[in-house]
Amino acid sequence: MTKFTYPQEQDLQRFVNARYRTAWIWQIVFLSALLLAILSLSALSLDVVDGAFGYVAYEFKKDPLTISQTPIDDLQKEELLTILQTSLSKGAYGKLDKEKPMETRTAEDLYSLVLERIIQVKTLETFPLYDSLFRKAEIEAYVQETYPDARLEFRSWLTPRFLTSPMSSRAEFAGVRTALFGSMWLVTIAIAFALPVGVGAAIYLQEYARKNFINTIIQMNINNLAGVPSIVYGMLGLAIFVRAMEAFTSGAMFGITDTNGRTIMSAGLTMGILVLPLVIINAQEAIKAVPDSIRQAAYGVGATKWQTVWSHVLPNALPGILTGSILAMSRAVGETAPLIIVGASTFISIDPNGPFSKFTALPIQIYQWTARPQGEFHAIAAAAIIVLLSLLLTLNATAILLRNRFQQRF
Amino acid sequence: MTEQTNHHPSPPPASFRPSDLKRKLRIGEGAIETLLFILGFLTIFVTVSIVIVLGDQALLFFNDPQVSFREFFMTTQWQPAIGQFGIWALVSATLTTSLIAMAVSLPLGLSAAIYLSQYASPRARSVLKPILEILAGIPTVVYGFFALLFVTPLLRDLLGADKLGVYNMLSAGIVMGIMILPLISSMSEDALSAVPNSLREAAYAMGATPFEASIQVILPAALSGIGAAIIVGISRAVGETMIVAVASGATSKFTFNPLEAAETMTAHIARISGGDLSYNTIDYNSLFAIALMLFLVTLVLNLISQWIVSKFREQYE
Repeated sequence: MTKFTYPQEQDLQRFVNARYRTAWIWQIVFLSALLLAILSLSALSLDVVDGAFGYVAYEFKKDPLTISQTPIDDLQKEELLTILQTSLSKGAYGKLDKEKPMETRTAEDLYSLVLERIIQVKTLETFPLYDSLFRKAEIEAYVQETYPDARLEFRSWLTPRFLTSPMSSRAEFAGVRTALFGSMWLVTIAIAFALPVGVGAAIYLQEYARKNFINTIIQMNINNLAGVPSIVYGMLGLAIFVRAMEAFTSGAMFGITDTNGRTIMSAGLTMGILVLPLVIINAQEAIKAVPDSIRQAAYGVGATKWQTVWSHVLPNALPGILTGSILAMSRAVGETAPLIIVGASTFISIDPNGPFSKFTALPIQIYQWTARPQGEFHAIAAAAIIVLLSLLLTLNATAILLRNRFQQRF
Repeated sequence: MTEQTNHHPSPPPASFRPSDLKRKLRIGEGAIETLLFILGFLTIFVTVSIVIVLGDQALLFFNDPQVSFREFFMTTQWQPAIGQFGIWALVSATLTTSLIAMAVSLPLGLSAAIYLSQYASPRARSVLKPILEILAGIPTVVYGFFALLFVTPLLRDLLGADKLGVYNMLSAGIVMGIMILPLISSMSEDALSAVPNSLREAAYAMGATPFEASIQVILPAALSGIGAAIIVGISRAVGETMIVAVASGATSKFTFNPLEAAETMTAHIARISGGDLSYNTIDYNSLFAIALMLFLVTLVLNLISQWIVSKFREQYE
């Protein structure tokens, strides 16, 4: 039988040191996972910014200086109008006038027309921001060689004009105005459906439901619905809202005849069903956080169940419910797949004029522009992403402020 | 102080019996409860209509003389134009991208969760957690942009442009992994935090280093919760659409090679329905068959994960 001996002091020290060294190394490994996540986030943001600004090589079909002495950016509406009248052929002018009388158009609108029809800017190549900043000389040499006639200009693709001009088939003139309106309509309809239904369901589950089979099933089902892929909701919307309920969603019931079922209404309701589980789960959490003492106080003075819920539980849960619905809204703003299925139109240049019009939405535009091979479309996709992310940031900041401002601690 | 008597309630009328209070029928209250129940039940109705709608159209698809059940599940060519409907061409791409996504998100997410729950100071946590939350809030179409225009060019530089095409499953899978990372890390962190402190303290009392305590004591105790996180992660990866629709190509192909372009189930649905698709054609119905499969797979995965989580709760509470 071998005799057990304690390790010598220096050996013991060595073992312990080795173990702590391992622990230290792994701590760094674990931390590096988080650093990698931060790195990805920064890479993503930088990539978007990189794409949205930078040098553009372009050429004019007609030099602006031959049209007017002053730079066309500074021209007044009347001057722009004269340029259009003199430079366009009669037929082309007449056609534009028929679409929308020229006198009633805005100066902005006329400016784009001058650029698009007369000067005819053509983007030859775009360069990312990083190269534009640090390799300016190389870009200049390259452009000089490849496109001798081209001009090189630093351009921000994200401009006020980008926000206010409608969709266009030319990246230089395209904007997100129609898409922004589409997204707003969509989210409004989605939340108008999901909020009342979701809060009602949450009240039922938290305040009324006894623990029986059917209520357990309802609760389980809600948790499951939250995990259903968004594209499946798209298929549901396609079959039910776009096709089965076409008479309603196309607006035919209300005398609108120029659309099929692929309208804002269909997409909004689909999105409403998609965010419903989210609204319910958040509202449940908010109601759960209201302490029982409040309910008992209400019952104690003789309130009925509904009076208790309506006047005591709901007001106290409201900040939480609102925060939850803002989060649901931001989900609805960013969701793309169901919209593709339900049939967002990709090319729409007129603003949606009601729930029964065709539409496009911000994420749809980003998808379409990203999928195109030309660099200038990638640039406007990046600009649109900045718009989308700022929108989401605003929504989430509102949610956080709301929570901090109104949330009571019991 | 004589006013005090005014505060006493007036005596009930002679005809009053206390039992009247109990018997009073409140129609409004009942109606409200019924209405709220209907709203709650509506969610069941949503699930039922998903099953009916997808099932109904999928049945039309399988009843078509061009299609057979056997062909659908046993063959590997998906070419609707020439009447070939072998789902494995799409499933292979879904599996490949999901596997890559899990290979990225599982080690990273788990490490992040261990760091946040075992090592990080409250200050560090308050900085690091929001970053993960931001990552979780980015719309998937933005991740698609990132995959196609940043990760793919980067990979092509690293691996050689001749080996890796503009569209490939590797880039889509990696970015999907980054997208799922916050989900895995937050669910795992919940599981790790739910392990009672007594276990942690016992490990430290035995002289364990933080690493030993995490890996040999806390991680095993939280394993079921982490399992649930993995399953939810897989379900997210399988159902993810936009990243693969943008970055992994638009040709259905039976391949498990991540360097190739292939279309997943979700990307196929998105591409076909994005075009001008006429109703009641075999193409149209086939999309519902794919969507039904997708729904069933994610449903089963979510149910398993929920079952694990509820089982796990019983252990410590």
